Amino acid sequence: MKTVLRYLQEVALAFRSLWSGLRLTLYFFTHPRKEIITEQYPENRTTSINIPERFAGEVVLTHDENNEHKCTACTLCEMACPNGTIKIISAQVETEDGKKKKVLDKWVYNLGMCTFCAQCIDACPQNAITMKNSFELSVYNRSDLIKTLNKPGSKLKEKS
Amino acid sequence: MENQDISLPLEEQTEEFVVNIGPQHPSTHGVLRLEATLDGETIKDILPHLGYIHRGIEKMTESLGYKQSIYLTSRMDYLSAHINNQACSLAVEKALQVEVPERAKAIRIIMAELQRLTSHELWWGSCAMDIGAVTPFFLGFRDRERILEIFEANTGNRLTMNYITPGGVMQDVLPSFVSDLKTLLVKVKGYLAEYDTLITGNIIFQRRLQGVGVLPKEMAISLGCTGPTARASGVSCDVRKYHPYDGYEKLEFKEILNDGCDSWARYLVRMEEMRESIYIIEQLLDNLPEGEYRAKMKGVIKLPAGEYYQRVETARGELGVYIVSDGTNKPYRMKFRTPCYSNLAAVKPINVGAKIGDLMASMATIDLVIPDIDR
Ligand code: SF4
Ligand code: SF4
Repeated sequence: MKTVLRYLQEVALAFRSLWSGLRLTLYFFTHPRKEIITEQYPENRTTSINIPERFAGEVVLTHDENNEHKCTACTLCEMACPNGTIKIISAQVETEDGKKKKVLDKWVYNLGMCTFCAQCIDACPQNAITMKNSFELSVYNRSDLIKTLNKPGSKLKEKS
Repeated sequence: MENQDISLPLEEQTEEFVVNIGPQHPSTHGVLRLEATLDGETIKDILPHLGYIHRGIEKMTESLGYKQSIYLTSRMDYLSAHINNQACSLAVEKALQVEVPERAKAIRIIMAELQRLTSHELWWGSCAMDIGAVTPFFLGFRDRERILEIFEANTGNRLTMNYITPGGVMQDVLPSFVSDLKTLLVKVKGYLAEYDTLITGNIIFQRRLQGVGVLPKEMAISLGCTGPTARASGVSCDVRKYHPYDGYEKLEFKEILNDGCDSWARYLVRMEEMRESIYIIEQLLDNLPEGEYRAKMKGVIKLPAGEYYQRVETARGELGVYIVSDGTNKPYRMKFRTPCYSNLAAVKPINVGAKIGDLMASMATIDLVIPDIDR
């Protein structure tokens, strides 16, 4: 008799604890506007989407309004990158006073191999590169992932 | 196996058979294959097969510089990425005898404890899902998202941050960091109360875990289990207490122990650890030290020749980093003693003799992360 009673008690307790959990679920079900956690992504891409400033989306070489960048082609970023994502192609040019000088020819960035670890940005002594918070980066051709980051006609910013 | 006795009538004889659980099974949480030998529903033997996600991280470090190796460690236990980075950074700092600024230390601890919170929240969701409840999984992910937003805003990445680096942290936290965290912690406390009403108080859930997967204290010690898995067997092994690093010695917190030894005890230990993590963060928030966030380090790190070892407490247990340096800019050998590898050893002894249905419950509370086992 006692065991039967204990058994029934336990069943009642199980139902009660089940109810307290389900009540919470029911509360969320009846209060759908309290905390909306679903983001309507493709619809909200221009409106309410929140991408933090620091989000590591892709590496960019910053150019100022005169189409000048700060990269001296020192290749420190290339050495700091663990994945071989960066290739700095430099050219030797002759300045007016006859000296040979190394300048940046192509800043080649393979987005497909980048893991967004920001070690290149950390390594750059000139602060020439930054992370941009862009995120819709997919392309149709794999070759489009290999980008030249210095804009055509851009040149090294003179130190003032 | 008296049922296999051939003197029995044929209809009463049973046979052993082998069931492969995984490598693509939702409750192994990754690509782990368990070869289970069953007699009816009783487990006779379990043999884990590893290596499905072996990436050779230890070998790769031998051809990369120190900073580049450290970023790879985020990919071991991806739910404790900050803590893995911290372990390696500490080992490098120990070798170079660099003093880390106070602010960096405080940020590191906050990040590490937030990481523990995300990890345990995800574990809570997946644990309940393994046992049969679906809603908790979504709630766990919802709450983890709030913390990941903080990571994303401050470090730039959500999962593999590469934020903690030798000498300090990569960049200073945002000015709004402290106020963001304060609102977050209030929310997380509410979430924890929700977890308790939803699952912890549920008798059916409790009965599913109580007495299942009993790991006695002696066995936990001899198998080398660490972290919440061992602490639920009454083994006091918190690295933050015994070998404090980065200023844990100045903080006040309890080591959560439970003598239950079963899956329910492991569940309770993790739930309590979340509260303890919140308590640790709260102590640091009110007086976050000002000043530098990073000590000056050379671009290419060279360690003096020798051997260095550093242990930290990740969300799953003790992570040890062992570096052998020959004085060049690349490690001669980097060995990781990962918590999940040792905790995996407990899967066989606690399940042999149990029913196959309970295997999922005890696996869920051991909380394995498979990339951490394979590396
Ligand atoms: S973010 Fe990392 S992987 Fe990407 S280019 Fe920079 S160093 Fe290389
Ligand atoms: S981006 Fe910076 S590190 Fe890379 S080559 Fe240019 S100046 Fe050097």
